[in-house]
Amino acid sequence: MATQHSRSAARIMMAPAVILLLGWMLVPLIMTLMFSFKQYLPLRGGDLGWVGFDNYVRFVSSSAFWPSVVATLTIVGGVLLITVVFGILLAILLNQPMWGQGIVRILVIAPFFVMPTVSALVWKNMFMDPVNGLFAHLWKFFGAEPIAWLSEASMPSIVMIVSWQWLPFATLILLTAIQSLDSEQLEAAEMDGAPPIKRFAYITLPHLGRAITIVILIQTIFLLAVFAEIFVTTGGAFGTRTLTYLIFQRVLESQNVGLGSAGGVYAIILANIVAIFLMRIVGKNLDA
Amino acid sequence: MARAVTQQRKTINTALAWGIGLLIFFPILWTILTSFKTEATAIADPPVFLAFDWTLENYSAVMERSNYARFLWNSIIIAGGSTLLGILVAVPAAWSMAFVPSKRTKDILLWMLSTKMLPAVGVLYPIYLIFINLGILDSRIGLVIVLMLMNLPIIVWMLYTYFREIPVEILEAARMDGASLKEEILYVLTPMAIPGIASTVLLNFILAWNEAFWTLNLTAANAAPLTAFIASYSSPEGLFFAKLSAASTMAIAPILILGWFSQKQLVSGLTFGAVK
Repeated sequence: MATQHSRSAARIMMAPAVILLLGWMLVPLIMTLMFSFKQYLPLRGGDLGWVGFDNYVRFVSSSAFWPSVVATLTIVGGVLLITVVFGILLAILLNQPMWGQGIVRILVIAPFFVMPTVSALVWKNMFMDPVNGLFAHLWKFFGAEPIAWLSEASMPSIVMIVSWQWLPFATLILLTAIQSLDSEQLEAAEMDGAPPIKRFAYITLPHLGRAITIVILIQTIFLLAVFAEIFVTTGGAFGTRTLTYLIFQRVLESQNVGLGSAGGVYAIILANIVAIFLMRIVGKNLDA
Repeated sequence: MARAVTQQRKTINTALAWGIGLLIFFPILWTILTSFKTEATAIADPPVFLAFDWTLENYSAVMERSNYARFLWNSIIIAGGSTLLGILVAVPAAWSMAFVPSKRTKDILLWMLSTKMLPAVGVLYPIYLIFINLGILDSRIGLVIVLMLMNLPIIVWMLYTYFREIPVEILEAARMDGASLKEEILYVLTPMAIPGIASTVLLNFILAWNEAFWTLNLTAANAAPLTAFIASYSSPEGLFFAKLSAASTMAIAPILILGWFSQKQLVSGLTFGAVK
C-alpha cells in the first residue's frame, strides 16, 4: 500500500529527529575524542598541542583511577543486588491478593519520582546526620553510639540512598512481568505438592529471567552515571569518587580537559559494552 | 476451611505489604511532616511524629528567602519546553516508522536508543564549550535543547510503540474513502494517538523535571531549576531541617502527583517496550 510518494514523505518526516540525534551524538563525541589526544588546559595556556595517548595512560595510572573503578563497581553491584533481590520479593508480595493493593503500589513507587538532589539531601540530613538524624535517635534509643554515616560508612550509605531510588523501578517492572505469569501452572504445581521454594525456583524465576536481565541492563546504564547523589552528599570524599565523578572533577574542577576527555572515552566504552547487550534484547523484541 | 485459610493469608499479605509500603514511603512522609514543624520541633529529641503545632511558616520563609518562584518557573519552562519540542520532532518520525516501515526502521530505532546510552560526563566539556560559544550557558533555552535531545530517543520509542498498536486497516479504509495524508493524520490518527502522546508527555516531563546532571552543570544564577535550588541547601552547617523539608516538598509534590498517574506508562516507556 505504501507508495513511492508516502515513502519519501516518511523520510522527510523522520529527517529532523535523525539529524538532531546524529548531531547530538557526533559533534560532542568527535570533540571529546580530539581533546583526549591533546594537552588542553583552558585556564593554564589553553590548547598546548597533540600528545598522543599520553592522557589515556595518565588517566589510568593516576592514583585516583583504581579507587574510582572500585567505587563505581561497588555502587553498581550493591544497588543491583539490593534492588533485584528485594524487587523480586516485593513483586511477588504485591501480586498476592490483598486489601488496598493500589495504594500500596503508589507508596512503593513514590521514591522514583523524587528528584535525586532532594532524596540525597533528605537522607543525608534528616536520616544520616550523626546528631539530629533519625538514625542517630534510633541508635541512641537502643543504647548504641550514633554513626556518622556519610563519613564512616560512606559507601553503604550511598548504596542505600541510590537503592531506595531504584527499588521502585525494579519492583514495577518485575511486577508487570509476574502478572503475565500463567497462574494455572503454579496451581497445578501446588496440587502436585511442590513446595513454595520449588515453585519459585522452577516456575516463577525462569519466567522472570528476561525482565531481570532488562532491569539489570537499564539500571547499570543509569547507575554508571550516578552524579547528583554524590555531588550533594560527600562531594566525592570518603572513597565515594566514582569514575563519573572523577571525570567531572578533572574537566570542570581542575580544568584539565585533555585528561578528563580521555576518562570520558573510557566511560563511553564501558557504557557501550553494557548497551550492546541491552540492544540485543530490545532488538529481538522488535521482530516479535 | 479453604476459604478461612485464604482469608487469613490475605490478611497477612495485606499487613506485610502495607508495612513495607509505608517503610519505603516513610522518608517522603517524614519530609512532608517536618515541613510543617518549627525548626525547634524538627530537631527535637526524641523526635515528634504527629503531636506538634502545625505551622506554615517554613513555606513562607522559603518563598521569601530564596526566590523559589523563579526556580519553579525555570523548572516548568525547561521540563515543559523540552518535552513539547521533543514531541514536535518525534511525532512525525514515530508516525512514519510505525506506518511506513522500511527495512532500515529497526536499525534506526536501535541507533536512536544507542544515543541514549552515551554517558553524559563523556561529552560534558564539548557541550560546555559549545554553550559558551553560543552564549547559552546558564540559559533556559540551552537546557531546553539539551534535555530535549537527551529524552528524544525515549519519546520516539514510546510514541512508536503506541502508534504501532493503532490498526492499519483503519488508515487504509480512510485512504480508500479518498482521505488525503493531511486529513488522515488530522481526523483519523490524531484522535486515536492522543492517549499515547499524553502519557509520553507526562513521563518525559517527569524525567526532565528530575534531571540532575546537566541542570547542575550548565546553570548558575539565571536558569537554575529546582534541582539546583535544592542542591544549594547542601551546606552542612546552619542547616534548617524544617525549611529544607518545605523546599523539598514544594519541589517534589507536583511530580509525585503526576508520577502516580503515569506509573503504567513508566514500565513500557523506560524499557523501550521490552516489558509490557
